[in-house]
Amino acid sequence: MDVRDRKSVLVLAVCIIFAILAGWLFYLQVINTRYRVIAENNALKYEIRYPARGLLKDRNGNILVGNRIVYDIMVTPRDMPPFDTVEFCTIFGLDTAFMHAKFREYRLYRSRIGYQTLTLLKQVPAEQYHVFAEKSFMFPGFSATPRTTRTYPYQAAGNLVGYLSEVDAAFIRDHPEYRSGDYSGRTGMEEAYEMQLRGEKGYSIYLRDVHNRVREHYMNGKYDLQAVAGEDITMTIDGDLQAYGEKLMNRKVGSVVAIEPSTGEILAMVSSPGIKTEQLAEIGRYYDQIMKDPYRPMFNRAAMSPQPPGSVFKLVNGLIGLQEGVFTPNTYYPCNSGYSVGKLKVGCHGHSSPLDLDHALMTSCNSYFCYVFRAIIDNPKYGSTQEGFAHWKQYVESFGFGHKLGTDIPGEQGGTLPSAERYDRMHGKNRWRSLSIISLSIGQGEIGCTPLHLANLAATVANRGYYYIPHIRKSTPESPIDSRYMKRQYTMVDTSLFCEVIEGMRLAVHGGPEATARSVAIPGITMCGKTGTAQNPHGDEHSVFICFAPKDNPQIAVAAYVENAGFGSAWAAPIASLMVERYLNGKVERKDLEQRISSTSLLHKVRVRRR
Amino acid sequence: MTRAADTTRRKPDWVVLACCLFLTVFGWLNIYSASCVDDVQVFEWGTRYGMQLIWIAVSAVISLLILHVIPTNFYPTFARETYILMALLLIATIIVGADIKGSHSWLVLGPIRLQPAEFSKITTALALAALMETYDFRFDKPRSALQGFGVMLAPVLLILLQHETGLALVYLGFLLCFYREGMSGQVILAGFIAIGLFILTLVASPHVALTVMAAIAVIFAAGRSHFPGKVLLYGAGIVLFMWLLPLLWKWRWFAQGPGNLSPATWIAILATPLSLFFAIRLLIVRHKRYIANALLAFLFGAAVVFSADWAMSHLKEHQRLRVESLLGLRDDPTGVGYNVHQSKIAIGSGGFAGKGFLDGTQTRMNFVPEQTTDFIFCTVGEEWGFLGSLAILAAFLILIIRIYNRAEQQKSRFNRIYGYCLASCLLMHVTINIGMTIGLMPVIGIPLPFVSYGGSSMLAFSIMTAIWLRLDMENR
Repeated sequence: MDVRDRKSVLVLAVCIIFAILAGWLFYLQVINTRYRVIAENNALKYEIRYPARGLLKDRNGNILVGNRIVYDIMVTPRDMPPFDTVEFCTIFGLDTAFMHAKFREYRLYRSRIGYQTLTLLKQVPAEQYHVFAEKSFMFPGFSATPRTTRTYPYQAAGNLVGYLSEVDAAFIRDHPEYRSGDYSGRTGMEEAYEMQLRGEKGYSIYLRDVHNRVREHYMNGKYDLQAVAGEDITMTIDGDLQAYGEKLMNRKVGSVVAIEPSTGEILAMVSSPGIKTEQLAEIGRYYDQIMKDPYRPMFNRAAMSPQPPGSVFKLVNGLIGLQEGVFTPNTYYPCNSGYSVGKLKVGCHGHSSPLDLDHALMTSCNSYFCYVFRAIIDNPKYGSTQEGFAHWKQYVESFGFGHKLGTDIPGEQGGTLPSAERYDRMHGKNRWRSLSIISLSIGQGEIGCTPLHLANLAATVANRGYYYIPHIRKSTPESPIDSRYMKRQYTMVDTSLFCEVIEGMRLAVHGGPEATARSVAIPGITMCGKTGTAQNPHGDEHSVFICFAPKDNPQIAVAAYVENAGFGSAWAAPIASLMVERYLNGKVERKDLEQRISSTSLLHKVRVRRR
Repeated sequence: MTRAADTTRRKPDWVVLACCLFLTVFGWLNIYSASCVDDVQVFEWGTRYGMQLIWIAVSAVISLLILHVIPTNFYPTFARETYILMALLLIATIIVGADIKGSHSWLVLGPIRLQPAEFSKITTALALAALMETYDFRFDKPRSALQGFGVMLAPVLLILLQHETGLALVYLGFLLCFYREGMSGQVILAGFIAIGLFILTLVASPHVALTVMAAIAVIFAAGRSHFPGKVLLYGAGIVLFMWLLPLLWKWRWFAQGPGNLSPATWIAILATPLSLFFAIRLLIVRHKRYIANALLAFLFGAAVVFSADWAMSHLKEHQRLRVESLLGLRDDPTGVGYNVHQSKIAIGSGGFAGKGFLDGTQTRMNFVPEQTTDFIFCTVGEEWGFLGSLAILAAFLILIIRIYNRAEQQKSRFNRIYGYCLASCLLMHVTINIGMTIGLMPVIGIPLPFVSYGGSSMLAFSIMTAIWLRLDMENR
């Protein structure tokens, strides 16, 4: 090869090299789009604008759960010169040791922290912030970010509204729209209506440099997104009634549920002991304490705790018997201080005998309903005990028992109804008779229903034969509730038959010396009620009472369930009665009763396991 | 006198001049974009763009002096002297030079910092031109070749001692000039093969590198043999054998790399295919010269392969990491690969037409380190897009090819050699610098001529080009 041709070789080589460079640049800049995306993430800093969370309002539009501005105190360690630590700690009520520990931490990780801004204190109240803001010139490198936190004007309904907590890693994995530092509802309404309440986060875009220092507002905020405040949720709860119920149930274990029969709206749902609202706002601090509490305040007994209904269940058996035609309201059954067949005896208390249906309900006669129950189960038209039982069970289920009612209360439980198979296991296949399951006649034995079921029963009777599925979110024109809450749920018992038991319930309150709930009659209001005293293996009987009032055009149906408190008339009845009075009259005249009930502690009667 | 009259009448090569001016102005705009601060609206002389403007002015004045005042015969006459002076300056810099980022290549004279290594390119090019111009200089004479390499490598050695590996590497560009002047092309080929084997060894394994080398040798031999089919057959056998070898031996030894084997084991492993290979060669081509050459080539390749690991463990930590990062042996965008990763993001995000002057988010927010100096091309790529990148590439391509062409037309051998040295030097800078910013080359910190911020680089390339323009002007 001639040496002169070597120039051509070199020129060719140069061209090849430049072609490679140009080709690769073409790939990087024109074909590949990946780097454009990375560049945006690199240089643009999205600063989140937090929306105000939706409010929870009661049925009258009063705020049950509101918002309050608090401040997160932020610090950029890189910009923090030595400052008056003592003054700083005085403002926020801190221990100087805490600050020194923080300083050590920042020094130790200074290279990792760089120019980042870190959260030093969370949820500082506005009063402290204002003092800090006034003196902020003394603390360069510190800043405050406003956030909202929850307030509870009624200091009530803690278990219903639930709490918010900062999302954790597992939650973020399942809900990628959340970021670390966000809050989300974890229980109750806050959880159930998280989607509506949370609103939409907005952001401001800033340009930042390689040290993470924010330089300028990107395009003067042209591409910023405003935060959208969360939707308010109106609850069916009556804030006053709820707070009053919680006051009455103070230091007692149990629940009170009040329902407006004509709509199925839950007016109050008390579970006691419940979470105190001041603990809700700072759940992180109290969480361990709440979890260790032997009375389990987190547990919403009203919807989650199935218990034997006791004598209030006689209403159901009475209605089924009437529908089946196995007896009439004028059928008299004897009571000889109980119901005895052979060795078996269901005890009763002293009252006149024999009785018809109304008076049996009034005096809560056990024998009467043993006769009725046996007549239902052993009805000759069904041929066998098992067949009779199956029909009885169908009736009971039509009242909403034995399954979830389908409410919008998170964690609602369905309670239990015994199945034929269960009795087969207990007694042998088809070897059980109506006598074997006679406890069911008086609401004992293998049946469990929640206080919510009982309130629903009261509402069903008040409505003369149907109920609306109870719910706690009130329908508003902007956000109507599911149509299933608007549908009447009829029982299998004819509506005309309800009048008979309603008369019995009226007598139980207003029926004179033998009436079980005569002591809780409210002057000027015709109330229908039924007491219950549920035996249980845990200690004294549970005190149970369901009622509705007024008798005609009922406004409120209440179920009260006080665990291990004794007779139904002793605790549950006065509590339910006071609730009715408070709701219908707006005030309570029976101050002595109210005082006695609310100040008495029955906690010692409940056996608990240390946790 | 007639000469002096000539100079005033003749004009410098406008193509080269235009390319240089374009690169300088475009470069300055990008330095301005990368170093100006938004909230300061006034022009500040203390900033990088201000300083660069001063350097451009100084370079222009000196270039004018070279073009119109300093006589042309100064360069061949004093080439030897300036070369020796520069060598002394380099030595002095090693001793008294300020330690800036671990490099001892800077001379600090009051407010001015100069890097003699940049200027040493000029004196070396002149010295090479003066040396190779002589009538009896021929590359096939060992004495001449030694002299040539000696002149080229002496400054390289001194610059390596200054810890400026990048600038030292640029001197390899002079090999292209040597090639033009008659050096065997096999030296450069050997260099490329060495680099290829080196990379292959690190990326795959010594075993793969050896196999590939054997395959190349076989194909090469087949090309020259009278029985190419036979050679290819045997060659295939050898390659296959080399792949089966690990199965015969314990596979672990190979997989673990050469570090875990004793040298004796390696010699044993190597000896087998090697002896087989040459036995076959001997059978087919009865020509001793080929055998010697092939043996040498194979030993060279083997040496490269086995020195790769050794070299990697003896390179400076940051250099080794850069090489590993380039070869994808280390995926570490926040560590060693950070510069290149950010640089690729900046360039890649520019798209076809760029984000516009002063609108690059990456360079403006200092995501790319060294963005006014070694990584100035990022700003070009981000703010001016593919079009801007292409403009820079085109300017350099025209510049280099123009100089190659004009060099070939020179009457004097001195001028031609100098022209080739200049163009090759530019080629090395552009290839390494742009290749580095787009991730095709390891991070080797050398400036982009005329574009990067830096007084030494600006001045050195201006002087070097001005000398060329003057020489070229005289030639006509």
